[in-house]
Amino acid sequence: MRIELQKRARVSTLFSVLSPLLALALTLLFGAIMFWLLGKNPVSALYSFFIEPLLEVWSLHELAIKAAPLILIAVGLSVCYRSNNWNIGAEGQFTIGAITGSILPVLYPTWHSPLILPLMLILGMIGGALYAGIPALLKTRFNTNEILTSLMLVYIAQLYLDWLVRGPWRDPQGYNFPQTKGFQIEAVLPEILSSGRAHWAFIFAIAAAVALWFMMRFMLKGFEVSVLGQSERAGRFAGFSARRMVWFSMLLSGALAGLAGISEVSGSIGHVQPVISPGYGFTAIIVAFLGRLNPLGIIASGLVLALTYLGGEAAQLSIGISDKVSRVFQGLLLFFVLSCDTLIHYRVRLIFAGTKTAEVKG
Amino acid sequence: MFEAILLTVITASTPLVLAALGELVTERSGVLNLGVEGMMIMGAACAFVAAQLTGSPYIGILAGILGGGIFSLLFGFLTLTLVANQVATGLALTILGLGLSGQIGEAFVGQPGIKLQPIVFPFLSDIPFFGRILFRQDLIFYVSIALVVGINWFLFRSRTGLKLRAIGDSHASAHALGINVIRTRYLAVMFGGACAGLAGAQLSLVYTPQWVENMSAGRGWIALALVVFASWRPWRILAGGYLFGAVGIGQLHAQIVAQNLGIVIPSQFLSALPYAATIVVLIIISHNRRTTLINTPASLGKPFVPDR
Repeated sequence: MRIELQKRARVSTLFSVLSPLLALALTLLFGAIMFWLLGKNPVSALYSFFIEPLLEVWSLHELAIKAAPLILIAVGLSVCYRSNNWNIGAEGQFTIGAITGSILPVLYPTWHSPLILPLMLILGMIGGALYAGIPALLKTRFNTNEILTSLMLVYIAQLYLDWLVRGPWRDPQGYNFPQTKGFQIEAVLPEILSSGRAHWAFIFAIAAAVALWFMMRFMLKGFEVSVLGQSERAGRFAGFSARRMVWFSMLLSGALAGLAGISEVSGSIGHVQPVISPGYGFTAIIVAFLGRLNPLGIIASGLVLALTYLGGEAAQLSIGISDKVSRVFQGLLLFFVLSCDTLIHYRVRLIFAGTKTAEVKG
Repeated sequence: MFEAILLTVITASTPLVLAALGELVTERSGVLNLGVEGMMIMGAACAFVAAQLTGSPYIGILAGILGGGIFSLLFGFLTLTLVANQVATGLALTILGLGLSGQIGEAFVGQPGIKLQPIVFPFLSDIPFFGRILFRQDLIFYVSIALVVGINWFLFRSRTGLKLRAIGDSHASAHALGINVIRTRYLAVMFGGACAGLAGAQLSLVYTPQWVENMSAGRGWIALALVVFASWRPWRILAGGYLFGAVGIGQLHAQIVAQNLGIVIPSQFLSALPYAATIVVLIIISHNRRTTLINTPASLGKPFVPDR
């Protein structure tokens, strides 16, 4: 038996919608098999992984908290990936954004002003953008592969944060814990509703997604992104500059990752510590692809991936499965998304030995 | 002192050389597999677990190779059969590998590992200095050196190697000549996976014989940079691998030296050195667009669907 691909005459709209759902279904199926192999009841395991977190108000708030950075980062990445710029260092831009955004509350803990929060958010965005500007500069100026440089910068950013909170930024009254003083109340991102912890980062995420959806759908800039991503040559004929697009997409995604970073520190944690992210910057890559690089799709996929984080925690407590299972789920999901995307552009035929040809998926 | 440092440099460099050699063959066939980090950590986990269960580090090595090789098949199936985006699939491989290896190794966290013992060559190992450095090493070191020679011969002296390079430079022409592009690429991807798996096995059986989550710590990514640095040539991988290994070990010693001299250098800054060095090296190597263009396999990362 072998698999043969046949290019479709035009992109299949049916499978554009169906492929993420199909990928989700396959991930659940494999997840069930995995739980069964681990000796757990697959149904109850999947239930506590994917349904239980949705049943209570507080955990819905947690869902929004986890989804916010994922969506913010992923919509920025979607613009990068659509324009063929492979920024995979969002985790580093997230970290630097958290650091630059925290400068004010850490250095001026007694400054009480309503101005502080907007300034922090802006500084966070600038920090993230500048950090993403490094691979952009290296790519445009020295022709350096942005995949590798942006990733190397993640490690550097994490080590820098580690040094800061263990060294100059450590709270002298903090019993030697490697963390800064708690932020003053004016520097904490407020909650949206009084019913739970979810804070304004979620609103930022939705706003960013809608704004970028509008840009990609209705503005020339969005068209420029897609054209340059599909064919740099065609873009040149239209007068678009690939070099400028590197800058635009990298700075944009860096700024959004930075905003996610400072929002996380200010809204969810309340101080700076050595580890501020459970890999949001990398999971956001999956979010971007599961959302088919469409900002509105990313809102949905961000919620799904946030659920895998929550489900991992819940399953650890209720059925004693390691929280690493959620990483496996995330990886599997990306695999299935990528394989199901093949159906959008190709007909897949299974060819058995002999002359018998069977068409499986239309 | 110098000898001791050199020995640690060799141990630190071997996994980089191995993983980069495998990726070199994969990339020479025109496939960009960014999942080296994932395959490496899978190799490390499989090797460690197998060695613990059987008590034999050699079975561990075998398990590492198989683990990396089989894991790379996932990448092969997606990018070669289903023509998925190679960059995204490579990332998926890394993410899945990090998760899966954590799952595999979880029960073994904190257990003391079995260290692979060196193979001592009689007489040769008695040569002053060189004997101790070159002829008292473990099997994986010898394999890494043999692979450099072997791959160099294979790529530039053998018929199959020529075909592999032809596929990497123009898959359409190679296909027209009747070379089986997809099959060759599958084999190249698997070879890359096996090498990364062996590199992982070295980490968990030689470098630090224990299982720690994420113990590859970005070495897979450095190996990817190494391939660019080496402009896709095996001998330069050896040189570059040892250069990077030396930077990694050098920063450890710099910390001690600085401490003795009373200079305060934050350890985090020195730990960041290998990553910063990678960026600097990439800049130096890539800034000349023409030579980069000449050296890079022309079909690298481009999808191929055979027309029938």
